Amino acid sequence: MSAIIRLTAGALALAALTACAAEPPAPGGSAAARQPGRIAVAAGDTECKVAVSEVAAGTSTFAITNGGSKVTEFYVYAPGDRVMAEVENIVPGLTRELIAELPAGTYETACKPGMVGKGIRNPLKVTGEHKALNADAKLAEATRSYQRYVKSQSDTLLVKTQEFVDAVKAGDLKRAKELYPVSRTYWERIEPVAEIFGDLDPAIDAREADLAEGEEWTGFHKIEKDLWIHKDVSQDGPVADKLIADVRTIVAKANATELTPLNLANGAKELLDEVATGKITGEEDIWSHTDLWDFDANLEGSKAAVQALRPVLEERAPELVGTLDEKFAAAEAELNKHQRGDGWRLHDELSEAELKSLSDVINALGEPISRIAPIVAK
Amino acid sequence: MVTRRKLFGLGAAGVAAAGAGAITARSLVREPPVAHATAAEPFPFYGEHQAGIVTPAQDRLHFVAFDVTTGSRAELVELLQEWTAAAARLTQGEQAGSFGAVGGSPEAAPDDTGEALGLPASGLTLTVGFGPSLFDGRFGLAARRPPALADLPAFPGEKLIPEISGGDLCVQACAHDPQVAVHAIRNLARIGFGRVSVRWSQLGFGRTSSTSRAQVTPRNLMGFKDGTSNMKLEDADLLREQLWADAADGAGWMAGGSYLVTRKIRMTVETWDRTSLREQEEIFGRDKGEGAPVGKRHEFDPVDLAAMKPDAHVRLAHPSNHGDARLLRRGYNYVDGSDGLGRLDAGLFFIAYQRDPRKQFVPIQASLARTDPLNEYIRHISSGLFACPPGVRDAGDYWGRTLFG
Repeated sequence: MSAIIRLTAGALALAALTACAAEPPAPGGSAAARQPGRIAVAAGDTECKVAVSEVAAGTSTFAITNGGSKVTEFYVYAPGDRVMAEVENIVPGLTRELIAELPAGTYETACKPGMVGKGIRNPLKVTGEHKALNADAKLAEATRSYQRYVKSQSDTLLVKTQEFVDAVKAGDLKRAKELYPVSRTYWERIEPVAEIFGDLDPAIDAREADLAEGEEWTGFHKIEKDLWIHKDVSQDGPVADKLIADVRTIVAKANATELTPLNLANGAKELLDEVATGKITGEEDIWSHTDLWDFDANLEGSKAAVQALRPVLEERAPELVGTLDEKFAAAEAELNKHQRGDGWRLHDELSEAELKSLSDVINALGEPISRIAPIVAK
Repeated sequence: MVTRRKLFGLGAAGVAAAGAGAITARSLVREPPVAHATAAEPFPFYGEHQAGIVTPAQDRLHFVAFDVTTGSRAELVELLQEWTAAAARLTQGEQAGSFGAVGGSPEAAPDDTGEALGLPASGLTLTVGFGPSLFDGRFGLAARRPPALADLPAFPGEKLIPEISGGDLCVQACAHDPQVAVHAIRNLARIGFGRVSVRWSQLGFGRTSSTSRAQVTPRNLMGFKDGTSNMKLEDADLLREQLWADAADGAGWMAGGSYLVTRKIRMTVETWDRTSLREQEEIFGRDKGEGAPVGKRHEFDPVDLAAMKPDAHVRLAHPSNHGDARLLRRGYNYVDGSDGLGRLDAGLFFIAYQRDPRKQFVPIQASLARTDPLNEYIRHISSGLFACPPGVRDAGDYWGRTLFG
């Protein structure tokens, strides 16, 4: 939890955000240019076969069938790994559809068996008539793009938190400990959005040290302490129930809130500030020491917000885009040194020098990210 | 606090305008005026030598050492250019960036951090130096490492902490107002994020030497006057001989520059304070009240080395014992609060400039480290060595141009 993102009342204009699948076509996508039918994607543990390598500009529907043994994800990336569309949590044997609105350009598709790493990539060319967007439309598309991201992340947040809650209620300490950092990943990626809703964020994510005398402590970190310190979650049923209920509420609210481009810019910065103040210091997950899971998720969430704004930045501040790409890559490279299996080394295993290197790359990235908001506001 | 600082700033500026040439409230009482050293009137940034070396020692210090984190020589040069531009502004009492703390977009983080708004230049000087580690393979500088920038040898008894020693670059910020010195370092560090990483930094208060005859001699935390026989800015011939590097010294790019040695010297003041006055005075070789050498009455009376104990501090450090080698000292007292045992975490942040540390600091310190009875009360815990390039000539020039250009 961090300082609550500051929003003006205007920025909080609530509007029903239609789900991805029901979204109207983008301004540039004419009906005639739309690809008829579905594009089959055969996803396996080591392959990702996309039926076509070129589609017409407009809306495309991908049908991803997971023929492998690991849970997978499917992404369509614009340059700079900007998420154009994404579907998570495709369990083996299942087919899921993904509707993507793609203007002409070069993209990459990716399957991520095991939901880790850069995934198995394929180029995707989108051609055809595409009406140029004016700057405001680009900003509107940026927020739509990021809201698709929020939607996908919050969908999985619900699924993963439910699994975590189930394990806690079943008294399965081992499983609950495994799921704790994983379910938090989806939370930490979109936390600035969650923080818009003042009371819910602390209910879900308050640390013991955040509480005032006599305040009730609920949420992830309460269970974390019981798992790692008390090694007993037998009394945590009500806490677990409240956690999933709170997460459900916040997800519904997050997806019903219309974000502004400034929310994205500030959110990207907030997430890095979270890393700098809470994760580098190990204060976030003080019992489990799983701070690097949160670190990675904050970094990914920040990147998603920045990349949603990328078309605007490329037009208004092309040099900054280059700097951001470089600094994100440096931060990822530094963090990746601490990967272990599907997860990360524990915070208390890191040396002072390793933490300083991580702190340096976050500072290096934070300064250029703080320059985005005024460019967006121009 | 804010109000008081404001009042103080205005007060000092007011006095200066009235022609008293005041430095600080303290100096009003203690010190005669020094040219260009008023709170409101800044020291010039451009010149043959960097400011902050012979500049009459200001009362406050924030010293920082950086590691360069970029591997790109071009980025490093760009950083030095950005730093130079910011330093040219900051030392003249302006803000770090062109928009400043409150002049930019309300959506943007301000390009100055703002804590010095309303304060005068306060005699701020910024002095940059290049550590030996900058001359490894990373930036193609290995062949340009000056012979005088030879690593310091290990001295007996020192207990150096690597984390607060060394560094690729250093910046010394001196000012009459600590807020102004900290502001300058904070903004330079911010400009450097992504290219340099702060390795360590040190705050100092209470200069422990005089670098001008116009200044009275201050005291270190042991209560003794320090810097009585220091080289002074008025000693032009001596400075040419002992302070400023010459093109003929083996590194042409250092002509007009100087070599900086820093040592953080922790004092165990509690045991010192239990030591008899006689012993304290014998250890130093001067009396505590006047600062007069043993057997003499006044501070500036010529020293009689023979009258002192053979291992008196003044005698061991005396130029006559080291081929007339001298240092321009401009150190600061420091107190970093108290340690976990309740002892004052305090001492001297020693700073000395010279033409060649191999002939000056090293032999002097070697002799002190071996036999100085003061060692019972002090310990060297950090060490730094830097080549400080010549001054920035004009707005088209930058720190280190002679090295990188």
